[in-house]
Amino acid sequence: MKTRRDFLKVSAGGLLLAGGARWVEFAIAANDSLPSGTIESAQLGSLPGKLPLIKKSFRPPNFETPVAYFNEAFTPNNAFFVRYHLADIPQIDAAQWKLAIAGESLDKPLELTYENLMRDFETVEVAAVCMCSGNRRGLSQPHVPGVQWGHGAIGNAKWRGVRLRDLLNKAGLKKDAVEIVLGGADGPVLDKTPDFVKSIPAWKAMDENTLVAFAMNGEKLPHWNGFPARIVVPGWTATYWMKHVTSISAISQPFKGFWMNPAYRIPKGKFPVIDRFISQETDANTPITEMVVNSLITSPDNGKRVRQGEAVTVAGVAWDGGYGIATVEVSEDEGKIWQTAQLGADLGRYSWRQWSHRFTPARPGRRAVLARATNRAGATQTFELIFNPAGYHNNVVQRVEIEAS
Amino acid sequence: MRTLLVFALLSSTLPALAGEGDVRLKDAPGRELVAANCSMCHSLDYIQMNSPFLDHKGWEASVNKMIKAMGAPVAEADVPKIVEYLASQYGK
Repeated sequence: MKTRRDFLKVSAGGLLLAGGARWVEFAIAANDSLPSGTIESAQLGSLPGKLPLIKKSFRPPNFETPVAYFNEAFTPNNAFFVRYHLADIPQIDAAQWKLAIAGESLDKPLELTYENLMRDFETVEVAAVCMCSGNRRGLSQPHVPGVQWGHGAIGNAKWRGVRLRDLLNKAGLKKDAVEIVLGGADGPVLDKTPDFVKSIPAWKAMDENTLVAFAMNGEKLPHWNGFPARIVVPGWTATYWMKHVTSISAISQPFKGFWMNPAYRIPKGKFPVIDRFISQETDANTPITEMVVNSLITSPDNGKRVRQGEAVTVAGVAWDGGYGIATVEVSEDEGKIWQTAQLGADLGRYSWRQWSHRFTPARPGRRAVLARATNRAGATQTFELIFNPAGYHNNVVQRVEIEAS
Repeated sequence: MRTLLVFALLSSTLPALAGEGDVRLKDAPGRELVAANCSMCHSLDYIQMNSPFLDHKGWEASVNKMIKAMGAPVAEADVPKIVEYLASQYGK
């Protein structure tokens, strides 16, 4: 019988991956738990300037990165995932672009050009994971509506730009600032649709790692990832990483807007997160903030056949909200015994950490390989989904099956 | 589909595999109404992607969210027909 996985398996070595042919399989592992309509409507498709990515929706464009790309420490710009809420996405001419820094909680509003941004402030670079809040939503049980992401609404990159706090200080940020409101050039098709506007706490905006970035992995930001400049909030999910940013406002009251409430909320008290967004909290819920500790097995592919007695390397990445990865453990026997994996280079606490573990299957047959990361704050991954209506924070320990014969 | 995929993957000069014009919703009463209303703001693959796990109530909630939160100008009389189509063709 032809399985869905076989059907979707496409040989694309030379095109997708430098370094030889291999199978690109986008019905990997837990993708078998995606809704069937998600799998059927997915296809590899390219946006201009991008390699073939897994198409979730054409308009607005939502494209997921195939897991094979996560075998690299930094995700190539042309393979980086694309996520938009609203479909009016202008092509921006950097020479015409302006960034307004204003609001009641500033003394000296500013307007910056692209050149100002690149020349008038200290330039810094931070390696950080950019992950959609809804990454793995499609694996939620029961399924919840929204973009049905598998594992690929994530990427790791070196973000270069200026510190948001330098801009705010130059604009005379006042002590009464509670939140910093971020707006981008993209917007809705209909006037009545709420524009995608987000806010972050003033303290997070003033963190030395929060940037207005104009470069990614040493190149200009790709159009689909926010050219000419985007906000980078290391440790926090990408909903706050405003693309095509054009306005930054400091305000003394909590910002009200659809994309802050009811959107992007998690139930209070269910997740072990440390960073709070107190000005936006309600009795029932709170905005999503930092990423929970998580890991991904990037190799081998689910269902991989290996020779009994021959060594297999299990590898992947692990990340969290910026506390840093302490350990990654791998189990070759469904979670009975765990062994410590070898960690790759520490590329910074907001970067993901590569890891690998080599073992030799002693007996024939199928077995599940599991990986579990723990961060320096002592948090680890769960074995059971902490269900929430938006499908956020899915850090359930992943299983990849291999077959030794 | 397989032919298409392979073709697109081998032809690296092709900018895209397909466009939203190729998305075909199931043929049933209400399809045109759904296509006309929903595609104002988004491609119709959103419907396929979110299937088949919503029941009638779930689809009704989604349609109401589009109207109330997103400002979709859907005629009141069309709402039950749209929900019925989504629930019967893309529901659980």
